[in-house]
Amino acid sequence: MKVSFKVNGQAHEIDVPPNTLLVEVLRETLELTGTHVGCDTSQCGACTVHLDGRAVKSCTVLAPQLDGVEVTTIEGIGDSENLHPMQAAFRECHALQCGFCTPGMIMQAIDLVEKNPGLDSQAIREGLEGNICRCTGYHNIVRAIASVADAKPASVK
Amino acid sequence: MYPFNYHKPASVSEAVSLFRNADDPMYLSGGMTLIPTMKQRLAAPTDLIDLSGIPEVSGIEVSADRVRVGAFTRHNDVVRSPEINKTLPVLSHLAGLIGDNQVRNRGTIGGSVANSDPSADYPAAVVGLGATVYTQDRSISGDEFFLNLFETALHPGEIITHIDFPVPTRAAYQKFPNPASRYAVVGVLIAEFAGTIRVGVTGAGPCACRASGMEEVLNQNLTVAALDAVEVPDAGFNSDLHASAEYRAHLVKVMARRALADLLGQ
Repeated sequence: MKVSFKVNGQAHEIDVPPNTLLVEVLRETLELTGTHVGCDTSQCGACTVHLDGRAVKSCTVLAPQLDGVEVTTIEGIGDSENLHPMQAAFRECHALQCGFCTPGMIMQAIDLVEKNPGLDSQAIREGLEGNICRCTGYHNIVRAIASVADAKPASVK
Repeated sequence: MYPFNYHKPASVSEAVSLFRNADDPMYLSGGMTLIPTMKQRLAAPTDLIDLSGIPEVSGIEVSADRVRVGAFTRHNDVVRSPEINKTLPVLSHLAGLIGDNQVRNRGTIGGSVANSDPSADYPAAVVGLGATVYTQDRSISGDEFFLNLFETALHPGEIITHIDFPVPTRAAYQKFPNPASRYAVVGVLIAEFAGTIRVGVTGAGPCACRASGMEEVLNQNLTVAALDAVEVPDAGFNSDLHASAEYRAHLVKVMARRALADLLGQ
């Protein structure tokens, strides 16, 4: 079926079967491979993108649900010359090890900071509930987000 | 995921008509349970009828004694609604404990309630606050809505349009979340209406229900200590890898104590 939507500001019309997932559209149809598939069961958050400005797991959205929607992926927030402040903070704080969870972490972190002014490190940790890092690099991730949120620095445990 | 036909009706009547004319249809709301279930091939509807384009099932209306939430209202809209936070803060608090942020951005109250997952949070509010569930055809009392595991009073093809929550004097919700899924292993909502106490429990049994034994005791003596005398039998409670029935019965009491302490502190 035909679906019209925008990705990173650019209009697309695609023709895909209704059982196609958003993350498949992004990675396979549009070749935007920055969005990762981790668990494919809506738990790990590696596939997090924004739909109309809200963080969602793109493995749990069907392509036909996209009609008229604006999607933002990790490719849409910055590039290597002009990093998004959240990307810059992740680099600055060494908030990644293998990097697999990073695109989802950053997309969720942007949503978290935009919607919740005055975040402290506990609220950041709770806000990352839906994102799993198997390198267990959470501490630096929380520090990176806190630096953007201008929150209190995370306590060292 | 097996193939299916996708429909996006613009009205409840169009949705119902699509449902009546399909082989094995299902309504799609936020999709936070249904899509993973279809991916695992545990559900294979021939037709998905997406309710996102129906204006009649969205919107929040708050008056002094009633909060009306449209079925398609997403969890984070309840979390962030200034009107609900002011009039029925327990509902915003409960919605903020569902799943994770990405799930709360998609999942809807109607979808959660219609699914009757034994560990979902909203059913505790529907039962504990004595809500009324409205469909295109009728209204259903919250006490009579949840029938069993994933089973409700809804007829095939019936669509929840909105849910009315009466506003209590005060209320509190406490849950013991599964650390991985954030589903309630047990959740207890206690509400006080003009001196009458209601207790809604989710997670313990096959579907949300009232704890009438606790209500009787608390109607006589509204103290945390009074709960110590209440027996919570584990007969019929769920037993799985997350918690035994016996442990769930224990948690009902612990969550009730915490919820009541919150309520009394308000």
